[in-house]
Amino acid sequence: MIQEAALRQSPVYLDANATEPLRPAAREAVLAGLEQTGNPASVHAAGRKARIMLEEVRKQMAAAFGREADCCIFTSGGTEADTLALHGFGRAEGRAILIGATEHDAIRKAAPDAALIPVDGQGVIDCTALEEMLATRTAGEGGQRGPLVCIMAANNETGVYAPLQDVAALCRRYGAFLHVDAVQAAGRMREQDEFSQALKDGSLAGASLALSAHKMGGPKGAGALILPEDRPLSPLLPGGGQERGRRGGTPALALHKGMVAAFEESRKQDWTMLESLRDELESIMVKAGALIMGGGVARLLNTISAVLPGVTAQMQLMALDIEGYCVSAGSACSSGKVSRSHVLEAMGQGEAAGQAIRVSLPWNVRAADVRAFGEAYARMAQRFAERGLLKRPASSGGLDGR
Amino acid sequence: MRILVAMSGGVDSSVVAALLKQQGHEVIGATLQLYDHSGPAKPGACCAGRDIMDARMVAERIGFPHYVIDAESRFRESVIESFADSYARGETPVPCVACNQGVKFTDLLNMARDLGCEAMATGHYVRRVEGPEGVEMHRPVDRDRDQSWFLFATTREQLEFLRFPLGEMPDKAHVRALAEELGLDVATKRDSQDICFVTNGSYAGLVEKMRPEIEGPGDIVDEKGNVLGRHEGIARYTVGQSRRLGDIHTGTGERQMVTAIDVPSRRIIVGPRQTLTSDESRRVVRLRDMNWLIDAPSEGVRCGVQLRAREGLRQALVRPLEGGRAEVQLEEPALPAPGQACVMYAGDRVLGGGFILADR
Repeated sequence: MIQEAALRQSPVYLDANATEPLRPAAREAVLAGLEQTGNPASVHAAGRKARIMLEEVRKQMAAAFGREADCCIFTSGGTEADTLALHGFGRAEGRAILIGATEHDAIRKAAPDAALIPVDGQGVIDCTALEEMLATRTAGEGGQRGPLVCIMAANNETGVYAPLQDVAALCRRYGAFLHVDAVQAAGRMREQDEFSQALKDGSLAGASLALSAHKMGGPKGAGALILPEDRPLSPLLPGGGQERGRRGGTPALALHKGMVAAFEESRKQDWTMLESLRDELESIMVKAGALIMGGGVARLLNTISAVLPGVTAQMQLMALDIEGYCVSAGSACSSGKVSRSHVLEAMGQGEAAGQAIRVSLPWNVRAADVRAFGEAYARMAQRFAERGLLKRPASSGGLDGR
Repeated sequence: MRILVAMSGGVDSSVVAALLKQQGHEVIGATLQLYDHSGPAKPGACCAGRDIMDARMVAERIGFPHYVIDAESRFRESVIESFADSYARGETPVPCVACNQGVKFTDLLNMARDLGCEAMATGHYVRRVEGPEGVEMHRPVDRDRDQSWFLFATTREQLEFLRFPLGEMPDKAHVRALAEELGLDVATKRDSQDICFVTNGSYAGLVEKMRPEIEGPGDIVDEKGNVLGRHEGIARYTVGQSRRLGDIHTGTGERQMVTAIDVPSRRIIVGPRQTLTSDESRRVVRLRDMNWLIDAPSEGVRCGVQLRAREGLRQALVRPLEGGRAEVQLEEPALPAPGQACVMYAGDRVLGGGFILADR
């Protein structure tokens, strides 16, 4: 076992939701963009050339979501896109803010006073609760705007999809503005997923979307906020008035080229294989004693949130890292300390919130690596069981790990 | 072998990790996050203390995995809270013993076992010796760095699993030179001082904030109850001390020392040093929570005992009692402070020890 890890050249990377490996097409696009000297804001020939390149990229990005080019504001990443939406549509327009209880810190920390929309035990937004919250916060006669609702299309820890069609319908009915954090969902779209469905049937026509390049297999440091229509927005960074005054600073042309290239590649990918690998791995983990969070509902095709009862996430991460496997837990702070998952806490999972790891298969995952991980996980669970750490659920006699 | 190294981010434990790696062991570095480094102003904020970053950098440079272990709540309960409780009982606790005993040698050590490690190493200055009847704890080669007094509560089972490579080092300069040689940035880092979780220098201030009921001035009295002066708060006093007694020495014409701290009345009781240090009734000390590093002999053991961190040995007979207690018969009278440790030595070897009880 130890030998196996030692023999392997590099660790097995199963933490795609933290960041996807760079797609070759994205790499090429970035390199091509880096060759461009001009600043898109300059009037001379070099500037014009960069400008054309940037606008081409913008058009492609916006068109991917059925919008006009000027609906796309390039940012430094998902966090900036989310923060800009909260600032521009929320505070600057005087709206009350409602956010999902399992949102990413990009939203939670930018809207600390927001009301939380509860989720059920599987992590799905409670639309009944949302409706009640909206009913008490409708647009008033005194010019009060409807609230801003922020929901993530798919959760970064569990992969659980939000019922966006229902959420969007409620927002329309109560005059709320909908912002969708599509950071995890956008680079892994398939026709049948709830995000794609909501885009296709026009449910999200009035919503803004936050995107991140590196979650699609693009470079780190690029993202976008896609607006429902070309409209002014109070900037976070006024700067030189770039992005039509909505985001100052010279755009990272090369990185945004890379983002679009990555997105297009992701749209061409056949995800069937990856999903079946995920399902296969999940059943191995369940046999070893894992409980799958959000396992009963529609999820991102690459994500597993697995609880090993009685064993801290920290311990699992260390044990797997030592064996050469990169996975993660709900929330790791910049010091590397592993904390309890606020997502699982919001799902009412109690103890399990400190015992879950996330396995997220990258776009280029190899079947052999997934199987090796499954074996390493089962061995780990076995050792923890022998050391008396692992608590087998009493109700499910069948899960004895054999 | 696979060995977990408890890394503080300082030069000592960094050298330990680097040395073990150099010797060909599979090293796993772990740093305990004991409190929020971002300070009380930002509860729950992300918290990369400088020491944690230093430990990570060392691990990265030398090439072994490193993890940050969240031990905040355990440390708060088992060390900081009990530190405050102890002061609130009129004792003088030794938080480093509690920390070594609990967070480090119980929790982290178990974690090492769970990770399949065969040993855990630390940067403590103490020697682990494989004796004829099992593993022994000895004072280190470098007496100036001796931490054996703080480690007396290490059980034999824990000692079996532990490694202290620095116990053999001749002096700190040697350790720093090694760090330099190994290319560690921490080679010139300052040594840590005092109690790690007291950040503003005043442990008494921290205790008073945590246990406001003991805050505030009170009387300094003699053994008959005559008021001799005032004090600023009982947490500032330790049995046996002569400092902070103001002009009481000159007032009474004799050098005084603290004999007891009465928490309910918030009184510091003092007596003349001369009389106390020759008071034959002060030759017996009772200990709780004994840890024996030898098989406790029922007839007792003659040995040297050390009653404070920085103090010489006193000759004594230590006899085990029921319930993890022991009785120490000192050859000369002494005024040990309740809550402090009494550690037994035979030559360099640590035989065990316990915590000093208030009752005599």
